[in-house]
Amino acid sequence: MNKYYWLIPVLPLLGAVFNGLVGKRAGKGAVTIVGLGVVLGSLLLAISAFFAMKGMPDHRLVLDYGEWMATGALSVPFGLVVDPLSGTMMLVVAGIGFLIHLYSVGYMHGDEGYARFFSYMNLFVFFMLTLVLGSSLVLMFVGWEGVGLCSYLLIGYFFETDFAPDAGLKAFLTNRLGDLGVVIGMMVLFAAFGTLTVSDILTQAGHLAPEVGFGVLTFATLMLFVGATGKSAQLPLYLWLPDAMAGPTPVSALIHAATMVTSGIYMICRLAPVFTLAPITMDVVAWVGAATALFAATIGLVQRDIKKVLAYSTVSQLGYMFLGLGASGFAAGFFHVFTHAWFKALLFLGAGSVIHAMHHGAPSAHAQHGQEDGAHAPSDPGVSPEQDLFKMGGLKAKMPITFWTMLIATLAIIGFPGTSGFASKDEILYLAYLKNPALWAVGVVTACFTAFYMLRLFTLAFLGKARDPHAYDHAHESPATMTLPLALLAVGTVLAVWLGWPKAFGGDFRIEAWLAPATTFGQLHGAHGEHGSHQLAWALASVSTLLGLGSAAFGYFSYKDGLAVSAARAAQFPFLHKLLLNKYYVDEGVELYLLRPIRWCGNVLWKLFDVIIIDGVGVNLPGALARVSGDFTALLQTGRVRNYALSMALGAAVLLYVFLK
Amino acid sequence: MTWLNSHPLTFLVFAPAILGFLILALPHALGRLSRMLGFMGALAFFVLSLAWLLGHGGGADISERAPWFTLVGLPVDYALGVDGLNLWLVILTTFLVPLTMLGTWDSLKDRIGTFAAMFLLLETGMLGALMAQDLFFFYLFWEAMLIPMYFMIGVWGGDERRYAANKFFLFTLSGSLLWLVALLYLANKAGGFNPAIMGQAASALPFGVQCWLFIAFAVAFAIKVPLFPLHTWLPDAHVQAPTAGSVILAGVLLKLGGYGFIRFAIPMFPQAALHYAQPIAILSVIAIIYGALVAMVQRDIKKLVAYSSVSHMGFVMLGLASFTVIGTQGAMLQMLNHGISTGALFLLVGMLYDRAHTRMIADFGGVAVKMPVFTTFFLIVTLSSIGLPLTNGFVGEFWILNGTFLSGFSWGRLYASIATSGVLLGAVYMLWMFKRVFWGPENKDEDSGTHHLHTDLNAREIAVMLPIVVLIIWMGVHPRTFVAVSEAPVTALLKEAKAPAPRTFVLKPAVHEAPAVPAAQAPAPREGHAAEPAAHEVHR
Repeated sequence: MNKYYWLIPVLPLLGAVFNGLVGKRAGKGAVTIVGLGVVLGSLLLAISAFFAMKGMPDHRLVLDYGEWMATGALSVPFGLVVDPLSGTMMLVVAGIGFLIHLYSVGYMHGDEGYARFFSYMNLFVFFMLTLVLGSSLVLMFVGWEGVGLCSYLLIGYFFETDFAPDAGLKAFLTNRLGDLGVVIGMMVLFAAFGTLTVSDILTQAGHLAPEVGFGVLTFATLMLFVGATGKSAQLPLYLWLPDAMAGPTPVSALIHAATMVTSGIYMICRLAPVFTLAPITMDVVAWVGAATALFAATIGLVQRDIKKVLAYSTVSQLGYMFLGLGASGFAAGFFHVFTHAWFKALLFLGAGSVIHAMHHGAPSAHAQHGQEDGAHAPSDPGVSPEQDLFKMGGLKAKMPITFWTMLIATLAIIGFPGTSGFASKDEILYLAYLKNPALWAVGVVTACFTAFYMLRLFTLAFLGKARDPHAYDHAHESPATMTLPLALLAVGTVLAVWLGWPKAFGGDFRIEAWLAPATTFGQLHGAHGEHGSHQLAWALASVSTLLGLGSAAFGYFSYKDGLAVSAARAAQFPFLHKLLLNKYYVDEGVELYLLRPIRWCGNVLWKLFDVIIIDGVGVNLPGALARVSGDFTALLQTGRVRNYALSMALGAAVLLYVFLK
Repeated sequence: MTWLNSHPLTFLVFAPAILGFLILALPHALGRLSRMLGFMGALAFFVLSLAWLLGHGGGADISERAPWFTLVGLPVDYALGVDGLNLWLVILTTFLVPLTMLGTWDSLKDRIGTFAAMFLLLETGMLGALMAQDLFFFYLFWEAMLIPMYFMIGVWGGDERRYAANKFFLFTLSGSLLWLVALLYLANKAGGFNPAIMGQAASALPFGVQCWLFIAFAVAFAIKVPLFPLHTWLPDAHVQAPTAGSVILAGVLLKLGGYGFIRFAIPMFPQAALHYAQPIAILSVIAIIYGALVAMVQRDIKKLVAYSSVSHMGFVMLGLASFTVIGTQGAMLQMLNHGISTGALFLLVGMLYDRAHTRMIADFGGVAVKMPVFTTFFLIVTLSSIGLPLTNGFVGEFWILNGTFLSGFSWGRLYASIATSGVLLGAVYMLWMFKRVFWGPENKDEDSGTHHLHTDLNAREIAVMLPIVVLIIWMGVHPRTFVAVSEAPVTALLKEAKAPAPRTFVLKPAVHEAPAVPAAQAPAPREGHAAEPAAHEVHR
């Protein structure tokens, strides 16, 4: 089988090419078969490769396909590596990717750009698998930029609207800003290690002493982390992710929740031994993660667009993952990537199912940009009616499968004891406490906010009375191609806990031992877990769980009877409410203090420097002078012999004077 | 045929001009025939250049040299040669000429036969300059190139074509006059125009004189590149030139500036070149950022692309100034990249202009709805231009940045880091423009550009764009095809020039370990420097 594994990423690429070139003519049936078939084929090969890797003595399957861009001392092969880390991630990408492709068949059924959609989605899977499996940082960067491209294309999928193109552009450029960090980080690592192949870097890193203070590796890892903040939507580069919800909902589930946005965490896990050498970076990672988690959660408290709530929730959960990494919990952070992939994909697809249902009742023409008012609930021009939580309500009766699967996901994300979300979040909080209790406190407050806004979302959508009877009457459960993925993701959400039930509660947190060959690369010894005790773990978990459940109950009771209670509370704190509702006005600030000055700068350089100084003074002025002096000289060319004779005589006189003097 | 076998380069250089003069002799009424004749000829030259230059033992050097005449007692050689440094630039030229002819088939309406002839004369000028191995011979071609281009802009250009043509001509000419003085001075010292002998003669001169000579050479080449602040002729020339002129200007003429550095200025005056590496690098970094910022605020798509050239060519110059194999090879590749990508952008802008008769960004919006095929091609070329991995643009920029970062000069790391921002800014101006032109609601305004778009690309236009897309991917996935031949000459050149050894970081090993430090970062003789340049740079 080994010789077919290159098809794992390439198969989806072929699908993308087919759907892009001939998909429209071939018809929806062919697009569906190819679009799903290539991802399924990739998944099956990935499973085979995963077990082949498990069979290897060192749990590493290295596949080399020749040289890509070698010159001078630089050598970058086309190589794939399957190890526990990349193998697990590969299965998540191909597995959840396949479910979301399946879901899209139903969700995108009526869309004109069906072939284009599947072409982009296939292309995304190709780039994401390249990112995961690439043996060198450069090949990872191929995937890294490539998923950014697909994200851009899919956010801008409804390109004929006003806002989707803006959102796509914003996503791409914010990511590119982060990518500058990755490029600089790679340059530093190359100058330090003489190679960009991950395994070679890690081997060398194993021989190095941790940096005291700010050194080369601290700089390199900080730069790489800048890239991670872009791709994984952390402060201050998180701004693009909420806007990215302009894309179709399956895109939000696959790219902007389950896979692409976790690339930053994946990259740090990949280079864990190098990051471990840079304690300052680890502190920065932990604090940025914690701050982002809290910051985004507060915004999520008041949003009324169901996808926006989930988007801020994603930003916040990604913050948790970084918090875990920063606390040296590479396994814990990655475990949260794993569990989050299941439950957040499920939440988004559930939301998509709700939007799908509401859409058929909503009077607007287009799933993504209806602006017309619903019947009863107050309207907000910025929220399309089918995504407006304030217009939902009581959907439990209409959509039982969506309701139950969403419930499972909601319990997981709020960390209800026994769920996979509980397991991964608890491990992170525990390690955060060991690093610094303040980090733990931030994490717990965030957990409370999370529980509140998730119950708010759930209650507003499924429970209580319908606030838009017209939409409610037309709402219906989604077709099987959509509910089947929901059910499978729910199963995954429940089972994910198997991989990492914490040791303190009788589990074995097996993911840690499983990932160890990749995250420690055989050289580092257990960096944590030795200090704490099971009593401490129990105490911390009790506090956070009780507070979380209390907040969840608070969320439920605030919204179970509709909007009145929360509206009254908002009226008590008008300033705070407005601040949160407007997301701290960060977008406005960026436009005013960053983008406008840059454009101004460009204009000044062009009109002042290029046109006036260089061209005016430097080029045209000498030209004009030449012309004027030419005109003046021409006056002397009178054509009269006696004038010439006179000037000759004068000249001769001057010469004589000079020489005889 | 035996003459051809021994003089393939002579044929390649002069056959276009001969065909061009033949076409000029044809009556005006036969314009369509002339155009077809010109295209078929150019296509044949492309095929021949591939067959002869690539078929010839896989990149081995080919040269022709014979004494020619004496100029004020100095012998001038008739010397043409193709080696690793110019092989792909020559092929790029023979490739772009027929492609551009086909791509702009219907763009011009008057004197199309004469235009085809000018094009062929220009091809001779460009090929001659690329192949000339004698400096006076090179100078002749260098100046001869200006004339057909002057006419292309001045006769077939836009509304302000006369200003643009004059500016182009005088700007370039003023640079080369200074250079001619330096050339004659040095030829006098060396007793001829052979670059190798002139280089030896130069090395015997006092360092200050070498510096002045280098500056004279460098200014002439830098105007062509164009390097900030000598770039202002470029936007005017591009905007006023007909599409075909812009493509060739960007695709080949600018390359001759960079080529001049690597072929003549650096090898002939290595000490001076090293001495001025930092000023050149500073100007390059300014060009990268300045070009991008100014491109960002342009309202005319063509002017935007023109300023993007300033930014991209800044990368080329930065790579050359790094004096590392990686950076120089990156510059070599980036020259080809820029020829393909920017040439393609000008072609695409021309296709849009032919339909809409406007190039103002604000006149468009929602073009993707009306021209999906065109949009797809434009997007792919845009991605290449902004250096997305797996396209050609990425490899060139990545090598240049890495090479500069590793550069033996103390400023390398800083400038490489600053230049990285060009990668972001490139995406800003290209994708912002792309969004405004192609995405968004369809611009339904009666006199908008979008309104006048009725047809998507036709078969001819698709046939022009397909090879470009193939090349964009090919160069991005297998760049070795295009830079393998220059690796050895570039390495040798840098060794001759005594480029400083690359600077690497020295990491601190763990205390309890034996000092088993890998070869790449062996303990350095001087602090912060690699043990040996060869160990780090040449071992491939």
